[in-house]
Amino acid sequence: MLQADLNIILPEIILSVFAMLALVGAVYTSKDKMAPMLMWITASLFVVLAAWIGMNGSGDNAAFGGMYSDDAFSRFAKVVILLSAAAVIVMSQEYAQRRGMLKFEYPILITLAVVGMMVMVSAGDLMTLYMGLELQSLALYVIASIRRDSLKSTEAGLKYFVLGALSSGLLLYGSSLVYGFSGTTLFSGIAQAAQGDHLPLGMLFGLVFMASGFAFKVSAVPFHMWTPDVYEGAPTPVTAFFATAPKVAAMGLFARVMHDAFGGMVGDWQQIIALLSVLSMFLGAIAAIGQRDIKRLMAYSSIAHMGYALIGLATGTEAGISAMLIYMAIYVTMNIGTFAFILSMERDGQPVTSIDSLRLYARSEPGKAMAVLILMFSLAGVPPMLGFFAKLGVWQAAIQADMVWLVVASAVASAIGAFYYLRIVFFMYFGEEADGLNGGKSAMLSGVLVASAAIMLIGIVNLFGIEGPAMAAAATLVH
Amino acid sequence: MANLLSIVTFIPAVAALILAIFLRGDDEAANSRAKMLALVATAVTFLVSLFILAEFDASNPGMQYVEERDWLMGLTYKMGVDGISVLFVMLTTFMMPLVILASWGVSSRVKEYMIAFLLLETLMLGVFMALDMVLFYLFFEAGLIPMFLIIGIWGGANRIYASFKFFLYTFLGSVLMLVAMVMMYVDAGTTDMVALAAHDFASDNFSILGITVVGGLQTMMFLAFFASFAVKMPMWPVHTWLPDAHVQAPTAGSVVLAAILLKMGGYGFLRFSLPMFPVGADVMTDFVLWLSVIAIVYTSLVALVQEDMKKLIAYSSVAHMGYVTAGIFVANQQGVDGAIFQMISHGFISGALFLSVGVIYDRMHTREISAYGGLVNRMPAYALIFMFFTMANVGLPGTSGFVGEFLTLMGMFQYNTWIAAIATSGVIFSAAYALWLYRRVVFGDLIKEALKTIEDMTSREKWIMAPLIVMTLLLGVYPALVLDIIGPSVENLLHNYHSALAQTADHAAVAPAATH
Repeated sequence: MLQADLNIILPEIILSVFAMLALVGAVYTSKDKMAPMLMWITASLFVVLAAWIGMNGSGDNAAFGGMYSDDAFSRFAKVVILLSAAAVIVMSQEYAQRRGMLKFEYPILITLAVVGMMVMVSAGDLMTLYMGLELQSLALYVIASIRRDSLKSTEAGLKYFVLGALSSGLLLYGSSLVYGFSGTTLFSGIAQAAQGDHLPLGMLFGLVFMASGFAFKVSAVPFHMWTPDVYEGAPTPVTAFFATAPKVAAMGLFARVMHDAFGGMVGDWQQIIALLSVLSMFLGAIAAIGQRDIKRLMAYSSIAHMGYALIGLATGTEAGISAMLIYMAIYVTMNIGTFAFILSMERDGQPVTSIDSLRLYARSEPGKAMAVLILMFSLAGVPPMLGFFAKLGVWQAAIQADMVWLVVASAVASAIGAFYYLRIVFFMYFGEEADGLNGGKSAMLSGVLVASAAIMLIGIVNLFGIEGPAMAAAATLVH
Repeated sequence: MANLLSIVTFIPAVAALILAIFLRGDDEAANSRAKMLALVATAVTFLVSLFILAEFDASNPGMQYVEERDWLMGLTYKMGVDGISVLFVMLTTFMMPLVILASWGVSSRVKEYMIAFLLLETLMLGVFMALDMVLFYLFFEAGLIPMFLIIGIWGGANRIYASFKFFLYTFLGSVLMLVAMVMMYVDAGTTDMVALAAHDFASDNFSILGITVVGGLQTMMFLAFFASFAVKMPMWPVHTWLPDAHVQAPTAGSVVLAAILLKMGGYGFLRFSLPMFPVGADVMTDFVLWLSVIAIVYTSLVALVQEDMKKLIAYSSVAHMGYVTAGIFVANQQGVDGAIFQMISHGFISGALFLSVGVIYDRMHTREISAYGGLVNRMPAYALIFMFFTMANVGLPGTSGFVGEFLTLMGMFQYNTWIAAIATSGVIFSAAYALWLYRRVVFGDLIKEALKTIEDMTSREKWIMAPLIVMTLLLGVYPALVLDIIGPSVENLLHNYHSALAQTADHAAVAPAATH
């Protein structure tokens, strides 16, 4: 029995063992000199595991009496998490090396965070959930302040830690209420207790507290305050990581709890998520307009995008979950490309993040500017880029679920939000002559940027076939 | 050829891709290679598109050359043309080589410029051929991107404001349309435009926030589409982006905007609003007609006081589009025929007018009317050509402008004499502003120092104008060329429209009787 259980969590075990071995190995050998090699090993391990999980996994397996589940949903999320984490590691390599922040702990911490995320999306029990969440969060707090000699980086880490601890507290409090009123920590048990017309009051409270905790993790309004500061303060490779894999994991966990534990009570939580979604879309769209720093701008952009993805969750239907998963996959791809570009932004060897510095970038680097243009229009949701199909998917699901008002609101928000993406294009293509960017000719970063832009265009042929897996994932989650 | 339409649509895109990947360098030679490639690609597109026209069966009101393939998210890739769309396709392929020729003088970022125009051609052709709703939306919206760049990069002094206004105005209109499209998909279970036209969308009254919506869902969806098409058209009072965009766009951009992009709104009304929401369209008819006549009178008066030539022609375009919307929504054969005819003819005439402005702008670098005067002394050929198109714009009999205006006015007269009477005054106003413009620019004494050395049109400029003159005259004296092609499809459209309305009326009459 134990054998079978361990077999199911083998990928997580492999990653944890790898992280510990690497830590010990690096400490006792050449420390930071090993870091570049370690980065490559970690990235390739992620890719191998993603391929393994994506191709080999099948069926609906539960381990440890249902505390841990390995199903199509968790596999989909894990593949996205692993691949995006691998892409971020590959991207940050050169940047980190040149800025002297290539510590061997960096890949190890990312590995641990990724293990946490994999546990999160597979959680079948409140304890597993919390364990995964904290493993991820603690690793992320440290990564945010990995440049401990930089004021901004430590400030970002501290802010993230304090607010993150608060949200974990909310989540724990909610879990304890849910446990108290249902008598079990297993999602399947909670789902049995949460039957009937309405949730018992205590469980409803628990649900609201838990939803607040998740909203913090996905940075949905009104629990978004940490996002711009942490995005801006953290070193750019770390920001790139924050914007991708943890978002997928948190969204996956959110969906899992809502459907596995409270799937019978869609009416009770639908409103909460719809509200989170509308607020996020509008705040993300409006607050980004005034931003002059591209990292802060991307923070607000990610808030808005989480709002759109939450539409899928708010529908409470299978189509909604599948649309949400596709949305997250597309969102992550766009963000990896955009951050590859941000990492390459530099003037005289110093990294710059102000939007002003993009002036007339298209004149010096037409190819890269074109790729950024495609990504920006894709982020804005303009066809024919994939960003449009992401939005189309969640809208379709929402209208099927009779939430027309939500769709109309998000349509208005997306028109407002288009403005700041256009502004970046405006600076690149028709700004005035000024001190522009120079340097930053890393082939790796350009490659990632162009590949991501190409995916945005070529993907419209068949979405690279992720539609089928996403639908299967949604089918296992929604009963 | 089974996929003729796709071939025509994507030739320019392939050329753009070749330009983007293979053309290197920024020198004179590279620039002229880019221009040549763009010209050849658009010319080939035009030649291949002639096959569409050659094999087109005008007596068949259905879709022809249909291609259908499965696509992602339950959508289909479906293309086809009928009598309504085939001429817009031809208009696009016909205008594009002229547009490229007109841009021969562009010297900055030529490669990007040509790529933008080639992509734009693909997207415009896609709009007129798409038979899947989402595919239509994709082409419709994507066209904004190259146009945004064309105005923003190669435009005039105030280009940034104009490009943002252009993009955001049209984008907001279109996302509402997309919401309605998703609702239609959920309701009808298909995105096939032919099937959707046959689908009955609910038209029972319902109330939102205490307000009763007559025509129910159909009216709501009509309004969502209207938001998009009215901005694109553009109709008064959402026309204000057009003068800004026109003034700031380079000449070729203005030509494409006036000749083809504006027609997407009218085409959308014919393809979506009338056939898919007949009840909604019927409820809103009077509203749209009054907006149209206000547009005709008001923008004509505004045109009268303009000091910038391009702005004047832009306002005149809004007025002419007023005839189109009015002609469409009176929903009779003359009206709709006239509206389509007017769109085609306006494509040639307004395109030529913007080219004419471009000719003197290239020489003097100003569009102020007051900077000119007495051009006839130095530029006789220009004076003649400009006179011809001014007259065509006014609607002189014998030019295509007359046929379009006459048919739409006749359609309006059958619907409501008041509307027709007010709209007719627009004909007089248009004569006033167009002839006054002509007098101030071309006639009078040549007293301005700067104009004393101005050169007449080059042979390239004359050759660009020649096909436009031929088409304007040909359609003016032999309108059957167009009307024979569009007639059966329009008849079919109107037949379905009126029978759908009659059916709903029967329904409404039966329903209260049944409750007794």
